[in-house]
Amino acid sequence: MITKIKLPAVPQGLAIGAARSANRLSQKLKRGGGTTIGGLVLNCLRPTATSEMSKAISDGIILVSGTNGKTTTARLIRAALNACDFRVVANTAGSNLERGVSNALLDADKANIALFEVDEAALDGLMVKTKPRVVVLHNLFRDQLDRYGELELLVDRWHTAIAQLPTTTTVVYNADDPGITYIASKHAQTLTYGVDDPRTDRGGLPHASDSTHCRYCDTPLTYDMVTIAHLGRWSCNKCQRQRPKTDITATKVDLHGLAGQRLSAITPQGPTEISLRLPGLHNSYNALAAIACTSALELTLSDVSTTIAKRRAAFGRAEHIKVSNVRVTTLLAKNPAGANENIHTILLDSNLDLKGHIHLLLLLNNRTADGRDVSWIWDVDYELLLNCNRLTSLTIGGDRAYDMALRFRYAGLDTSRIKVLMPIPAAFDAAINSANTHGGLYVLPTYTALLELQELLTKRGLTTAFWEDT
Amino acid sequence: MSPTAAGSPTCADTTIGAGIKICHLYPQLMNIYADRGNIAVLRHRMAERGLKSEVVEIGLTTPIPDDCNLYYLGGGQDRDQLAVSEDLTAKAEPLLKAAANGAVVLGVCGGYQLLGHSYTSTKEFIAGIGLLDLETTADTNRLVGDVVAEVTLNGKTQIVVGYENHAGRTHLGPGCTPLALLQQGHGNNSNDGGEGAVSGKVLGTYLHGPLLPKNPWLADTLLAWALEHARNPVKLTPLNDQLENAAHEVAKTRTRRKK
Ligand SMILES: [Zn+2]
Repeated sequence: MITKIKLPAVPQGLAIGAARSANRLSQKLKRGGGTTIGGLVLNCLRPTATSEMSKAISDGIILVSGTNGKTTTARLIRAALNACDFRVVANTAGSNLERGVSNALLDADKANIALFEVDEAALDGLMVKTKPRVVVLHNLFRDQLDRYGELELLVDRWHTAIAQLPTTTTVVYNADDPGITYIASKHAQTLTYGVDDPRTDRGGLPHASDSTHCRYCDTPLTYDMVTIAHLGRWSCNKCQRQRPKTDITATKVDLHGLAGQRLSAITPQGPTEISLRLPGLHNSYNALAAIACTSALELTLSDVSTTIAKRRAAFGRAEHIKVSNVRVTTLLAKNPAGANENIHTILLDSNLDLKGHIHLLLLLNNRTADGRDVSWIWDVDYELLLNCNRLTSLTIGGDRAYDMALRFRYAGLDTSRIKVLMPIPAAFDAAINSANTHGGLYVLPTYTALLELQELLTKRGLTTAFWEDT
Repeated sequence: MSPTAAGSPTCADTTIGAGIKICHLYPQLMNIYADRGNIAVLRHRMAERGLKSEVVEIGLTTPIPDDCNLYYLGGGQDRDQLAVSEDLTAKAEPLLKAAANGAVVLGVCGGYQLLGHSYTSTKEFIAGIGLLDLETTADTNRLVGDVVAEVTLNGKTQIVVGYENHAGRTHLGPGCTPLALLQQGHGNNSNDGGEGAVSGKVLGTYLHGPLLPKNPWLADTLLAWALEHARNPVKLTPLNDQLENAAHEVAKTRTRRKK
């Protein structure tokens, strides 16, 4: 095990050289495009390398973290930075732990700014090491309880780490999340964002929401408006704390199913209107976070708006492909909050499609990167799909397909309507066959199931490999 | 504004004829490992047999009824567990009375700990209601992973599968016995091979996933007891449990293969 070797620290130049060689070797061997091995080697040979290399980046480091939306948000920010002529180094290939960040920093000599998407459990450590210029705290939902432990523990860790940040760091945060507000609001420099359009109100908290009690006095929070999970316009009746005033505010959100949305926002630089290609309210939040972050970096609002309007969804985040005349839309669903957003988006989309048939393919794996515990599927409101009476076919695949089948049986779906095929290629083909007659196919995979699906589609020449996706 | 806008698994019976009354304790606070799945299984397995079930949801400050046949208390985060403990210990009387009269009680994870005398976390002492003779103390590392264990109830032995994730180490007193003997997993304290606890018709376990969908035999055992308690001793007809059995087998083989 490479991580167990304890060596005296190697000079930086030598450590970087060794890390780069490791990446070249890994790429030659075609092991995952060499996205982390260099970082692993670097951290092992010289534990202080991440800090040292961070200091060398002239325009600073940006960290983006949260349970959901960090990949898309980071992509939007990166596009804006590129458009404003920054030379950006980023961990775009998917490793968002410290080794992925260190690995990306191997290219720091070509860049003047760094942008990292950071895993929730790695954020506190990386905040200390990189002393970022901007940190974006997007949201915290229950996710992979076997790995992260209780949400409360992450909240405590982030809270402690934020208190240690230099006052020069700007903390950009989602004011609609009461837990995030508790973590961030005391910092010296902050910029807040949130959604204010009353039409986005879901009318109440969904099942199994988190952060619904006041952090200060334990009273259940009151909501004037609920958007996603426990996000919304919240306040505490007892200690009078409430959602802070937002610096970047979505005043109008018009969702157009999977086609995208029209977003109107007020910002410190004035109002903006953007036609986003990204669907769903969760992407409204991603866009707001990107606008807030670039506002903290003092980029020009019109440049940012024009750029993010052009961005398409990343693989597995609501982009479509055509497979034998079926429109296939893949929506990564790895936790209750994300899966619920996908369901809302599907309902809206299929409503716009005159045929209104929903063909669904659910792919449930429980490997390490997915979380081993499959309990979370019982917290997703799949009932919304059943209640709309438009679910025409349901196919289920993946290692834990039968757990998902039980979820639908006990939601009241006749078991004769549930098709279970554990191997993902077989499940995919069966779902395409079912969808051939009407409507489109919506695929909701967990993370490793998404990778398997992408491998399958790449093999069939229908999409590109993961680390080539930018 | 209603606290729960989105649909719960639907079974809209509210009357009770040949059926049972289920008390779901603190569904808003104690739900971390998908406890609503257990309730859905209980209700659905009644409904499929044409039997009725009514679920009463009890939150903070609402009194607990003493006329239910099955009481369910799920898992919560330490913080929520503390809030529930203060509330539950103050108003547990009807629950204790019902249990003494043979009502079924099932506690899962945090709910299991609260059925015992106490839970001492790293930060505080949380009192339980002492329905099960056991005590829990938190350790720094969590016991996490798949579990396969053997349960004997009504003289019948079956394998149950589930997932555990808890910092607590539970030690049983003489007033109860382990619910299950471990084949895989950590169980009560990763020491004595025991998982959960049982005393009469009061059961506690760390197993979630949730517990009942992949262990339909256990669900039916609880339902049969609850029907007896309701003086409706109906013989439960077998259901088509193909999906349940397949899910059970997958969980069992995957757990064993890992080792
Ligand atoms: Zn308060």
